[in-house]
Amino acid sequence: MPGERNYLGVPAPRPKAAFFELSSCEGCQLQLFNNEATLTEFLSLIEIVRFREVMTGGSDEYAIAFVEGSVTRPDEIERLRAIRGNAELLVALGSCACFGGVNQLKNRFSDPRFAARTVYGDFPVATMEARPLADFVAVDLWIYGCPVKKEEVERIVTDLVVGKKVVHPKYPVCMECKANENICLYDLGEPCLGPITRAGCDAWCPNNRFGCWGCRGPAEGANIAQLEEIMKTRGFSAEAILDRLECFGGFRDVADELRKKTDERGRSPGA
Amino acid sequence: MKISCDINLRHLTRVEGHGNIRIRIESGAVREASWEVVETPRFFEAMLVGKKWENAPWICARICGICSIGHTLASIRAVENGFGFEPDTQTNRLRLLLKHMETLQSHILHLYFLVAPDFFGTGSILPLVETHPEEVQRAARLKLLANDACDLIGGRRLHPTRTVVGGFTMLPARDELRHLHHRLRAAITDLHRAGELFAGFSIPDFRRETEFVSLHGEKEYPFIGGDLKSSDGVRRKEWEYKEMSNEYCTPQSTAKWARLSRASFAVGALARLNNNFSLLHERARKLAELLQLEPVCHNPFMNNAAQLVECMHVVEDALLLIDRLLAEKPGEPRRKVRPAAGRGVGAVEVPRGILYHMYEFDEDGRIVRADCVIPTAQNHANIQHDIEALAREAAAAGMGDRDIEHFASMLVRSYDPCISCSVH
Ligand code: SF4
Ligand code: SF4
Ligand code: SF4
Repeated sequence: MPGERNYLGVPAPRPKAAFFELSSCEGCQLQLFNNEATLTEFLSLIEIVRFREVMTGGSDEYAIAFVEGSVTRPDEIERLRAIRGNAELLVALGSCACFGGVNQLKNRFSDPRFAARTVYGDFPVATMEARPLADFVAVDLWIYGCPVKKEEVERIVTDLVVGKKVVHPKYPVCMECKANENICLYDLGEPCLGPITRAGCDAWCPNNRFGCWGCRGPAEGANIAQLEEIMKTRGFSAEAILDRLECFGGFRDVADELRKKTDERGRSPGA
Repeated sequence: MKISCDINLRHLTRVEGHGNIRIRIESGAVREASWEVVETPRFFEAMLVGKKWENAPWICARICGICSIGHTLASIRAVENGFGFEPDTQTNRLRLLLKHMETLQSHILHLYFLVAPDFFGTGSILPLVETHPEEVQRAARLKLLANDACDLIGGRRLHPTRTVVGGFTMLPARDELRHLHHRLRAAITDLHRAGELFAGFSIPDFRRETEFVSLHGEKEYPFIGGDLKSSDGVRRKEWEYKEMSNEYCTPQSTAKWARLSRASFAVGALARLNNNFSLLHERARKLAELLQLEPVCHNPFMNNAAQLVECMHVVEDALLLIDRLLAEKPGEPRRKVRPAAGRGVGAVEVPRGILYHMYEFDEDGRIVRADCVIPTAQNHANIQHDIEALAREAAAAGMGDRDIEHFASMLVRSYDPCISCSVH
């Protein structure tokens, strides 16, 4: 892809792009169609050659593959590898693809069959731990969020197409939240992961007076111990902190640690 | 002519999620006709076990990207019912308004982006941008309106942020509600035009006697909570949802199946409309007439017409709701709830049909058991029986392979299946 787009000032063809979903709610893909005002402009950036949710047919010749969802079944590993083989650039679209997303909440049970038994009883179903794409293939680009923010996807895709380096904010959601002059959730008596979560969503949840749940994963140098301290002094339980840290998988290691320390009551029914 | 065909359609397109259609006819005899669901399960009911009540709506929204608002509302209702909490009138109105806007958004997406290409003979909506720009713009305008309204009331069009147990984290600004009212009035004209377009499509002439399950409306066309009803005469209370859905596992599908008085039943726009036709608003009823949709209609392809009628109904109803909201002083956005041990059920009519969430709580409000019964899961068995009937008719009529595949795909699509959601 790089180098082909511009030849003596003449714009080269739009890169071919394909969209795929593994285990997901398909919300991230939907987000791409959810901004009707800029939809046609977005569609002019890339040539979509495969998008099962909205089109019949398709081709396996694409430069960019956007993959939504996490890997939760062996056949999905195969599909993912095939996509990787075809694509020059593989993009993990949304928190399920980046971190495992809400799907990885089932990984917290010590008995791996617990989830299947709870839902299907003795009926056999194939499943495994929910995993992010990067556990199986090389990922070139991450687009965070549950769901992804359309404005951000558009900016990233534009950067990609014009050959600009894609950069993610390193600072936390709090910075965006303060710029928006919101009342801090902590002052309203609500917990919020804004201090440790990577920005880029423009403080989507705090703007709506709802605390951040960390769907975009950690900001650079996130001080989680300090956040725990803040939450504790404000009277929030360790369970409330853990609920947020473990929700989307972006804080997997800290959440695993914290889970060991936290009251186990009701938490590991599979134990 | 005795036909033979072998159709093996893997991962049907223009539907949400993964499903396969298989039809095999040998010298005029149907050997195989099946609808298979191969989606990967995500185990939401297990994920919730051990979690505090406040997690449920936030996590459950992620069962489905298209009806995340419906899941959030069903989840909230189950929690509130479990704790014996009654939301106030303002909250009820705002929730219904939000629900309506999701219905509009979802139905328009389905009708224009997923269904219309079948009637225009294109693979997707993309070619229509060139050939039918006005129609595409109309669809985009309606969808944008509905999405903006969801942002305004729920904080976000997908995985809402303002909707919480006890009410809302914040209320929409009143001048924005007024602005929404203006846009909704303009949408009525757009929906009339959409009606004319769809009335011109030739809907396949297919009929299979079916049992329809939905909420039962007392005074209003029902969307959130209330009694459960089937067109075969079964009536149940909301908390008796299990007797209405009777889910069971089958090797054919990773989604469960459901049955009631017959081998299968249908839920969705057509079921709601068949069961509550007299409660539709005036313009919606007129639109039904234009689309030649009369209760009780047993043609599953007419679910698309029912969706369009519902679009008109929810727009009319949204106008009334906004009038009422603006006529009163805004109250507190949310009230505190007190967790209690017990069981709570929330039944909500989401775009694809009736949805149930059930949670059992311990005394701290921690979830001990969870159950989510998804509309498309309730429809799978009915789709299967429809496919069988369609294959028999196709064999008898001596239809060609491509036509059979086309009609079978359209049939499944007309249910607007949300497969990943049905497997969850
Ligand atoms: S990241 Fe969130 S919105 Fe995106 S597919 Fe996963 S659950 Fe859905
Ligand atoms: S509300 Fe959250 S994101 Fe905003 S300033 Fe407070 S802690 Fe930071
Ligand atoms: S505020 Fe937090 S939870 Fe909300 S979208 Fe941003 S990162 Fe995700």
